[in-house]
Amino acid sequence: MPDDIIIQFEGVTKRYGEHVILSNLNFSIHKNKITTILGFSGAGKSTLMKLILGLVHPTEGTVYVLGQDLSKLGDYPLREFRRNFGMVFQYAALFDAMTAYQNVEFPLKEFTNLRPSERDHKVRHLLTSVGIDDFGMKKLPSELSGGMRKRVGLARALALSPAIMLYDEPTTGLDPITSKMVNDLIVETADAHKDRGLTSVIISHDIKATLKISDFIAFLDRGRIVEYLPAKDFVNSNHPLVQEFVHL
Amino acid sequence: MSTSNSHPAEHPWPYRVVADVGKSIIEVLRGLGKISIFSGRFFYWVGRPPFRLRLIFEQLFFIGNKSVFIIVLSGSFTGMVMAYQTYFGFKLINVDTLVGPVVAISLAKELAPVLTGLIVAGRAGSAMAAQIGTMKVTEQVDALEVMGINSLQYLAAPRIIAGTLALPLLSIIFLFVGSVGAYIIGTKALMIDEALFYSKLGEFMYLEDMLQGVIKAFFFGFVVSTIGTYFGFEVTEGAEGVGRGTNQAVVWGMIFVLVLDYFLTSFLIRIL
Repeated sequence: MPDDIIIQFEGVTKRYGEHVILSNLNFSIHKNKITTILGFSGAGKSTLMKLILGLVHPTEGTVYVLGQDLSKLGDYPLREFRRNFGMVFQYAALFDAMTAYQNVEFPLKEFTNLRPSERDHKVRHLLTSVGIDDFGMKKLPSELSGGMRKRVGLARALALSPAIMLYDEPTTGLDPITSKMVNDLIVETADAHKDRGLTSVIISHDIKATLKISDFIAFLDRGRIVEYLPAKDFVNSNHPLVQEFVHL
Repeated sequence: MSTSNSHPAEHPWPYRVVADVGKSIIEVLRGLGKISIFSGRFFYWVGRPPFRLRLIFEQLFFIGNKSVFIIVLSGSFTGMVMAYQTYFGFKLINVDTLVGPVVAISLAKELAPVLTGLIVAGRAGSAMAAQIGTMKVTEQVDALEVMGINSLQYLAAPRIIAGTLALPLLSIIFLFVGSVGAYIIGTKALMIDEALFYSKLGEFMYLEDMLQGVIKAFFFGFVVSTIGTYFGFEVTEGAEGVGRGTNQAVVWGMIFVLVLDYFLTSFLIRIL
């Protein structure tokens, strides 16, 4: 696998019983870039993300992440391997019994041997970098707005300095201003961690935002990648479905 | 004439009744199988690091401490009512001095563990299903898995361990306050001689009677918390799914306590 490729799909098919979700996928995701997987609902985007995370395994073919075939890893090594990922969920998926601060502190407590003072410093730094102040840190997720929850989710995902950031429908359910803020945050995060080679993979159906923030765009339709181009070339694609999507 | 491909409504009603009963039995057996696999996974993961003692203590506090009030309330009234009912029956044959041991033995062997099991199924089993179910539908369980944390080990194991440990303790509290209730009613309201009450209790009540109840409560604790967590993980469809999961956790928790009680009794009565 070339050095600039971080995720590679080789002939990947995923079936649930007779139902084919993804069919013979062959494509690669570039290191240090923002790649968006676009597609209509039911196209197989979530399954593709689960394959990247090793939460499900391909029926046929192989998914390589950081050069590793995830289906070859046992339960323990796979769980350890997942620490290479940071994920921002559609609705943030913050632990509702914990404050914003505790949510970000959680992975650090679980997986690092940092002293409490070091941990505190890191949590505050992460939360401040996504725009959460001391007052917001003490709030429970139920007391935070949708945009603030996303910020906390992003800070939590960054806590263990992952190699790959995954964003699942990051702007779904947000107002246009908050959507812009989240998109800006994705770009800022990618830029801020560029020196250590952070790769961002976004699952989305928000074409406007995708065109603005992505380096590469893959279009998924009924389990197949029908187009995969640099973002600047995507609008000029001749594929009728892409054209339909772009001009929605 | 009916064929194998015809619509079920076209079959005669006895056929449909048998088919429905058969379908229900298959569903129950499938559920039992899934719960057994879930328990097997619990045993597989519970012995593996990391061991999160803090979570176990938190759950012990929730299942144990927070159930004490309802257990004391139920235990005391159960003991008092038992004393009354037994007294008026026994008085007819002039053995009213046996009220103490009869109530205490009934509580120790049956009522304390079973009623504690039912109460914990209603209070803590439902809460376990609701908490985990809500975490499931809001992707919090997925968040744990993506971080590399085994959700069964993190969410279910502490609850099952705590439930298994807390229920015997709650059952002993139930027995104690129930016996005190029976003593107060027996000696203060029904005027049974205190000395006789004590002596008969000492004469007929054995440590094995208490042990039988504690063993039962241990199993009930395991079953109730396993079912509570299992139905939490089974939740699939939003708030409605959480409600359904919670309801099933309580219903099945109670059924399991009652059915298991019969089998444990028939086994323990032979060895104790």
